[in-house]
Amino acid sequence: MKRRDFIQWSGMGVGAILGSSIPVIGRAVTPEELLEPAADRALKKRLADVALNAARAKGATYSDVRIGRYLQQFLFTREKNVQNITNAESYGVGIRVIVNGTWGFAATSDVTPDGIARCAETAVAIAKANSRIQTEPVNLAPQKGVGEVVWNTPIQKNAFQVPVQEKIDLLLNVNSQAMQNGAAFVTSNLFQVNEQKYFASTDGSYIDQDIHRIWPTFTVTVIDKAAGKFKTRDALSSPMGMGYEYMDGLASEKIPGPNGLVGYRNSYDMVEDAILAAKQSKEKVTAKSVEAGKYDLVLDPNHLGLTIHESVGHPTELDRVLGYEANYAGTSFATLDKWRSKSFNYGSPLVNIVADKTQPHTLGCVGYDDEGVPCKQWDIIKNGILVNYQATRDQVGILGEKESHGCCYADDWSSVQFQRMPNVSLLPGKEKLNVNDMIKGVEKGIYIIGRGSYSIDQQRYNFQFGGQLFYEIKNGQIAGMLDDVAYQSNTQEFWNSCAQICDKDDYRTFGSFFDGKGQPSQVSAVSHGSSTTRFNGVNVINTGRKI
Amino acid sequence: MSVILSEAEAKALLQKVIKLSKADECEANLLGEIRGNIRYARNEVSTSGSLINKNLVVQSAFGKKVGVATIDEFDDASLEKVVRRAEELARLAPENPEYMGVLEPQQYGKSNGFFESTAKITPEVRAEAVAKSLALSGQNQLTSAGFLENRAGFSAMMNSKGLFAYYPSTGVNFSLTVRTDDGKGSGYVIRGYNDFSRLDTEAASRIAVQKARGSVGAKALEPGKYTVILEPTAAAVLLESLYYDMDARGADEGRSSFSKPGGKTRLGEKIVDERVNIYSDPAHPELPAAPWAGDGQPQKRVSWIEKGVVKNLAYSRYWAQQKGVKPLPYPGNMIMEGGTASLEEMIKNTKKGILVTKLWYIRPVDPQTLLMTGLTRDGTFYIEDGKIKHPIKNFRFNESPIIMLNNLETLGKSERVVSTESDQSYMVPPMKIREFTFSSLSDAV
Repeated sequence: MKRRDFIQWSGMGVGAILGSSIPVIGRAVTPEELLEPAADRALKKRLADVALNAARAKGATYSDVRIGRYLQQFLFTREKNVQNITNAESYGVGIRVIVNGTWGFAATSDVTPDGIARCAETAVAIAKANSRIQTEPVNLAPQKGVGEVVWNTPIQKNAFQVPVQEKIDLLLNVNSQAMQNGAAFVTSNLFQVNEQKYFASTDGSYIDQDIHRIWPTFTVTVIDKAAGKFKTRDALSSPMGMGYEYMDGLASEKIPGPNGLVGYRNSYDMVEDAILAAKQSKEKVTAKSVEAGKYDLVLDPNHLGLTIHESVGHPTELDRVLGYEANYAGTSFATLDKWRSKSFNYGSPLVNIVADKTQPHTLGCVGYDDEGVPCKQWDIIKNGILVNYQATRDQVGILGEKESHGCCYADDWSSVQFQRMPNVSLLPGKEKLNVNDMIKGVEKGIYIIGRGSYSIDQQRYNFQFGGQLFYEIKNGQIAGMLDDVAYQSNTQEFWNSCAQICDKDDYRTFGSFFDGKGQPSQVSAVSHGSSTTRFNGVNVINTGRKI
Repeated sequence: MSVILSEAEAKALLQKVIKLSKADECEANLLGEIRGNIRYARNEVSTSGSLINKNLVVQSAFGKKVGVATIDEFDDASLEKVVRRAEELARLAPENPEYMGVLEPQQYGKSNGFFESTAKITPEVRAEAVAKSLALSGQNQLTSAGFLENRAGFSAMMNSKGLFAYYPSTGVNFSLTVRTDDGKGSGYVIRGYNDFSRLDTEAASRIAVQKARGSVGAKALEPGKYTVILEPTAAAVLLESLYYDMDARGADEGRSSFSKPGGKTRLGEKIVDERVNIYSDPAHPELPAAPWAGDGQPQKRVSWIEKGVVKNLAYSRYWAQQKGVKPLPYPGNMIMEGGTASLEEMIKNTKKGILVTKLWYIRPVDPQTLLMTGLTRDGTFYIEDGKIKHPIKNFRFNESPIIMLNNLETLGKSERVVSTESDQSYMVPPMKIREFTFSSLSDAV
């Protein structure tokens, strides 16, 4: 999805514009067709070799090929109605080559030996044409071939095997429960994705991966017609790298919070959350408007994830740091000189942030990236100091490293792979601490839950974030709900105000299903884990206006 | 088979599709387009690509049970397959109570959005256009990152009641960010046209270069309320959020900025300054748009805000039926009328103010008041006694387009601009606004 679509979708109320703004890649198929097995592995290897051999024969010094089958099932409901069910399949081949030190890329939906050979030749021709104006040859970090390997998302229940009717029944029940508890309107949706990717390269890798992702979500709206006011509350679910087992709502995966709040770890109770959402939306209608000023913020993982994404995830993308995204997403304040100094205080010494593409149940967890690099974990911020970035094979050399971080991804077989964010997560605190005890220590604060409005500048200094739920903390107690809250800060100042982090028992992941980047824009899915965290003395503004 | 079909070819193909239908109703949408792009950064071409898109979407209905299927192959067997699949999906689908059935044949006006100059762009032409831009930055301690994308295509539709619509169009967008090598200055330009011969990448690039150089040495001003002059590129992204909200259903349901206490809407009410006139017109020569909406309804000239009064909100066919009014499709373009002043004159007539050339990362904060947040970017300047005095550091703003259009001072000449948030083109005038709210400073360049 293009970033702009996501803006509309997340900000403008799901009901009105869903049909036109969710990206559906590929052709519509029946639910049964989504269950047809992937092409035979031996056949894919033969087809991949056609691409690699054709590229080599035309002069490529390196090439890789991705034979991809991308499946999507999206369900959209509103109150008592099913608005749309989308089943889509996209199947084709993308071939990338290096000729004369220059990249070339071409893609085709003609998945035959002839079609693939022609496509490889086109990729070579493009590389040759572009090499005439190239001054710096591509410097590809070596990657030893991994041979023939298989990696699958460890799911328990393939969401595509669950009957559509069962999913519709669940969503309509969610809507009905929300309405019974005071919602005037409710939309609920279920996004399911399966990427069946076969990657091969001239390094000698043949990698077959089966990747699953799921995202249940809703928006509940409560209206006070007489006062002309409306308030919404979005689901506190997280998109996950899981199967339909995420929908089980296991009690063991619920983390009780103050005021009847529930945090969901690796299992989601959608009906329970919808009932809470309706009740909380009603409370929001009469909530006190916040008094602007400095507050200590207690940020729930379901909120903090987006702050991590925007203020640590994006600025430590090496391609942004180097200027490749200058015309659109922007550059980064986290420049190479700051990293080289080994003393740039990104955050307080409590702040340890890791990049990780191996963490189970996350959106970024795969076996290998889209240039055949085995996935791993590494430090981005260690004890508050900036220590590394996120890099691909052709950029990691700039950091003096010999091995790629494995951060290359393309959203479809027809898109060229480039640097995309791995899971970037804040490590939990080492001391035993839960959210109730954290709140007890706060004199004047706000407890914020859920993803709200978000905006950050093009070098990732100044940001403003909202949320779904805001609770005033007075002398260690929750004093009631607040409205019109947003906080503004500067990235470095904010992370240096990090004062306390709950322990691992509170740790949960937040996710972004449609993160946009590049021109033309591509989407990717990424998770951000954290425990509830306290930031001292953050500037809170009042966003209430009259028109 | 060619990608961009003529009207006769599209009609013949769609007739074949409709004839295959065994459903109560059938509607087919056909699209063919060729896209190409070139991207550059660090003064070098980084990626380039092309895409051929052809797509047939068939919607079949049995009563209120609707199924949709798509295909990208147009031989007889494929056409049969896609129609049967749509029918199969319709039989499986739950009833959609909001399904309104297909329309009777309609009359459409003329709109010329297709230009040969754009349709015949080759990779060499793209490279040449970009080379002109790169030549300006390669020297002079400047670094360029840009993107040029062109498209030529058509869309057509037909239904089982005999409605047929066809619209060919072309477009080219060019955007460029120029930064000084010391990272202290940044300038931007974006241009969009249907007709490629209107695009002068060299002239556009000079603007980005000028802004990059001019923004070096920015001074910090205190956040607060300021008189601002918004260049059209900056104003467009705020107006867009107002346009997105102009839907009758959301207003009637009490959940939009057009809702009023007591369950009423602001339709017919004056909501902004009386000099504000906003309309849509598919036949606008500078900003042509399809003369029909996605469901086949004709697009005509419609006044949305006239002398500050809300004249119309969009009604889907379903919502119009519920409310007993005529349906009005969401428009294909939006034109805000301007005044006569040039940007230079507007600056000249400003005692103290801020020139904002671009806004970035616009997000809704409160849908009730349409309060938006975002930042200035790539060139923000302080005006004193009618002159640009010096560049200033970027600000975060928190402002609603409705409040902003109530605080209108002057409108300049309306011109075609591309929204940096959505890539959509609009006609927008530069505007001088008093008491525009900047809430904090940003260190970003």
